[in-house]
Amino acid sequence: MEKFDVIVIGAGVTGAMIARELSRFELSVAVIEKESDVCMGTTSANTAIVHAGYDPVPGTLKAELNVRGNKLWDQVAFELDIPFKRTGDYVVAVGDDEFKKLEVLFERGKKNGVLGLEILSKDKTLSKLPYLNRDVGGAIFAPTGGIVDPFQAALAPMENAVINGVHLYLETSFIDFIFEGNKIIGIKTNNGEFLSNWVINAAGLYSDVIMHKANIHPEFKITPRKGEYYIFDRNEFAIPDVLFPVPTEFSKGIMITTTVHGNTIIGPNSHEVDDKEDTSNTREGLEEVYKGASKLVPEINLRHAIAIFAGLRATGNARTPNPNIDYHHDFLIEAHPQLGLLNVAGIESPGLASAPAIAERVVELLKDSGLELKEKKDFNPIRKPRKRFRDMSNEERAQLVKENPLYGRVICRCEYVTEGEIVEEIHSPIPAKTYDAIKRRTWLGTGRCQGAFDTPRVVEILSRELGVSPLEVTKKGSGSYFLLRKTKEVENG
Amino acid sequence: METRKFTCLGCPVGCSLTVYIENGEVVKVEGNQCNIGIDFAKQEVKDPRRKVTTTVKIRNGVHPLLPVYTDKPFPKGMIMELVKELRKIEVEAPVKMGDIILENALGTDVNIRASRSIKRNG
Amino acid sequence: MDKYDVVVIGAGPGGLAAAISAKKEGAESVLIIERDKEPGGILNQCIHNGFGVEIFKEDLPGPSYAERFVTEAESLGIEFMLDSMVLEVTPQKKIYTTSKWYGFKEIEATAIVLAMGARERTRAQIRIPGFRPAGVYTAGSAQRFVNIEGFMPGKRFVILGSGDIGMIMARRLTLEGAKVERVLEIMPFLTGLTRNYVQCLQDFNIPLQLSHTVNRILGKNRVEAIESVQVDENFNPIKGTEEIIPADTLLLSVGLIPENELSRKVGVKMDTLIQGPFVDEEMQTSIPGIFAAGNVVHIFDLVDWVTEAGFTAGKGAARFVKETKEKSDLVKLVPGNNIHHIVPQYLKKDALQNGPIKLMMRVIKPMEEKVWVELSDGKNLITRKLERYVRPGEMVILTVPQKAYDDVKKAKELIVSIEKFGG
Repeated sequence: MEKFDVIVIGAGVTGAMIARELSRFELSVAVIEKESDVCMGTTSANTAIVHAGYDPVPGTLKAELNVRGNKLWDQVAFELDIPFKRTGDYVVAVGDDEFKKLEVLFERGKKNGVLGLEILSKDKTLSKLPYLNRDVGGAIFAPTGGIVDPFQAALAPMENAVINGVHLYLETSFIDFIFEGNKIIGIKTNNGEFLSNWVINAAGLYSDVIMHKANIHPEFKITPRKGEYYIFDRNEFAIPDVLFPVPTEFSKGIMITTTVHGNTIIGPNSHEVDDKEDTSNTREGLEEVYKGASKLVPEINLRHAIAIFAGLRATGNARTPNPNIDYHHDFLIEAHPQLGLLNVAGIESPGLASAPAIAERVVELLKDSGLELKEKKDFNPIRKPRKRFRDMSNEERAQLVKENPLYGRVICRCEYVTEGEIVEEIHSPIPAKTYDAIKRRTWLGTGRCQGAFDTPRVVEILSRELGVSPLEVTKKGSGSYFLLRKTKEVENG
Repeated sequence: METRKFTCLGCPVGCSLTVYIENGEVVKVEGNQCNIGIDFAKQEVKDPRRKVTTTVKIRNGVHPLLPVYTDKPFPKGMIMELVKELRKIEVEAPVKMGDIILENALGTDVNIRASRSIKRNG
Repeated sequence: MDKYDVVVIGAGPGGLAAAISAKKEGAESVLIIERDKEPGGILNQCIHNGFGVEIFKEDLPGPSYAERFVTEAESLGIEFMLDSMVLEVTPQKKIYTTSKWYGFKEIEATAIVLAMGARERTRAQIRIPGFRPAGVYTAGSAQRFVNIEGFMPGKRFVILGSGDIGMIMARRLTLEGAKVERVLEIMPFLTGLTRNYVQCLQDFNIPLQLSHTVNRILGKNRVEAIESVQVDENFNPIKGTEEIIPADTLLLSVGLIPENELSRKVGVKMDTLIQGPFVDEEMQTSIPGIFAAGNVVHIFDLVDWVTEAGFTAGKGAARFVKETKEKSDLVKLVPGNNIHHIVPQYLKKDALQNGPIKLMMRVIKPMEEKVWVELSDGKNLITRKLERYVRPGEMVILTVPQKAYDDVKKAKELIVSIEKFGG
């Protein structure tokens, strides 16, 4: 039986950033994750925005940690080689009624401590964003808003944590707590028992289920809210800007943004679902996304869409700790020292932006609860940058291919991902063992042919590098096989 | 008199044929744009045949499978039996385009030939 | 740096034909760059017949058709660079490629033929709701696995699209022991050839439903079922007609899109209606010397016509190479006795075909006497003019008449000099 100082449940961006922070200290830390890879939950399907922080209600944890996290992202992205761009973002008002709401947002932003906010007139907005609906009333520009690679947002800190001594257990799901009297001394999982002094619940959509097992906050409930998206071919239709509509109480609205690779994404809508695993796209949802985005940019043509996906937000019902603020969907970040449980729950938007600050807060809470935090002398905060063929100059490419010919073989022709990069990810500290794992790490298969060219080649490479038959290669683990049998081996003659 | 309708498979045009049959013999064909249609109709009524293309296993070649074809149209009713037989075959590389892989398949006087050359590995 | 007269991008039927005809029409060095490990393009996996009916008057399987051209290309001395990806083509006709075998290369071409073919339309482009499990393939991807790699993706199939690729795959899968449950076609008519409906679907009792589409994909990790639905004349699903078809694989045969990323990057004018470059009767794009052939221009139905288009493009490329070579045949003007400099410094060898040419000079030393301004090829006098004097401060002009065309064309160099009159 393994014994740790801290166990983190969940390897999304929250769990990963927390693990990384903890790995700075002389602690034995384990992360357990029910899926076959890091970053397969909410973190893998969202709008990938590092919000500026004008949207959350002032005085909430969301507001505080969003603004703090936003500031920390430059450092984190630099240390961990996470593609991150401070593009700035716009909130676009269509019509005069919406323009009035911009004032509210502007004031809120200032109250939250967001720097550099500007209100732009209709003419200024149209001159900067000429493709907008002509009925636009004006916009807010927030220069501190940014976009990030959402997969690396979890993969990079987790890899850094693993290199600094954290143990990662994949395909390991929480079943129950192990109690000694009233204290949690460990957890039961499908892969045996793990003993620990502290358990940090960063389990996303399942964080309510887990805290209830310790009889904490029985009234706390995670309501999954589905958001659907379209991704566009950047050669056909690409808008380089990040555009929000004027937000509603429940959601930031259907926006138009760009990925760090320059693909335009539209979405998300917002609908409650019952099933915590329901990431299916729906006809109605996709229709709603298209209508919403067209309101901002009328020329959107679905003919150029190359992918659709859906993500679930872990919306909680926690009240803001500050009793003067009447807000009921805040982050729940709370330590229970007697129990040895720290909950980090209800992490929906602005979760990605806040993640570095949430991790910081968790360490503070642990310290305040009496956990001894002695800094490791040999902690290495830097994740060595990956060689990314796509981002290199021709001279760099020539040099790289000369050193290692595998980097000369392009496997994903739409995104220029080479065999060398794929092999590196298969043998990295958190090995990529499935097609989707490689996709998350390299963006292979996310281009206009959506895997038609690369799939047979990736199957061949995975089969070779993992030493398994091509029949055992899967898209995302558990039963998602690509190939059933050899062409000439029929079951019954 | 029996009337049957079917599509001529003689060329990509695919004329819709109406075929009049008496005592098992084709007496009239309508809808054809050329004589291929007449020949096809007669054959289809008497002994329907199809060109078959598939693959067979090949050992030590640059590919694991060799595409093959029937060098004459093959009896339609025996196609599934043919592919079952071909599934058992494994040829040895190298193979040249046109090589006979299976002679007189299922006693039909149709040969199965290689659609391409495949070089030996290594 | 490697230099070629003609570089063809893509060794499918379009590229092979272009390379062969370019070579036959006089291009000396021809290279085909191909991303796959062998030439032939999509034909290698199209093991069915129907190819060559027009060009060879024979009904060949795809690989046979390809092999004929590959053999001819090899025998003509056309070079192949296989398992290599073209990253970029510049308007100056430089090509950047990368390969495990040849490393990162910069190749210079006088003429280029774009023959990158087409890719298949994917699920998102037709927006099928549901999960995103393993088991959804384009028909072409499945065809590659079944015919080349040697694997069956599944055992129970639903095929969306009654185009030829979908129907051909329906038959192929059945012959290899799988069950094709249904072919769904959103249009109220068959989109492929009728004869394929007969010999691929009807012969094997595979049901085809027109005015039907996929409403939803079921199964989180692997396809478990396909929900089909009937559509109305506006292609909207008709409620109540949904049917769940158990299946483990969905094949999409819903259209081809010309693969023009390289074309766009190099800046040729694109016809947005058909997603291919604008071309003239020679298959030349808006950039002189860059040609295009095959599915990259628009989607063809018969490969025979792709071959013909390739022949045309190759011929055009050879023509372009020839003209470029002729243009770059220049003869140098050399300052002779008492000539400081001459402008122009070079003449094209056939420059005089368009009219007389003025040469402008300055002398080094003044000569206050009658002098000849003479143009010669080093051996023979071509033309000359009498001047009363020459002075450095005044430009001297000598007009070369059109009748000197042959002399200039033959000349290895042209010399202008000042000679004393009468000596």
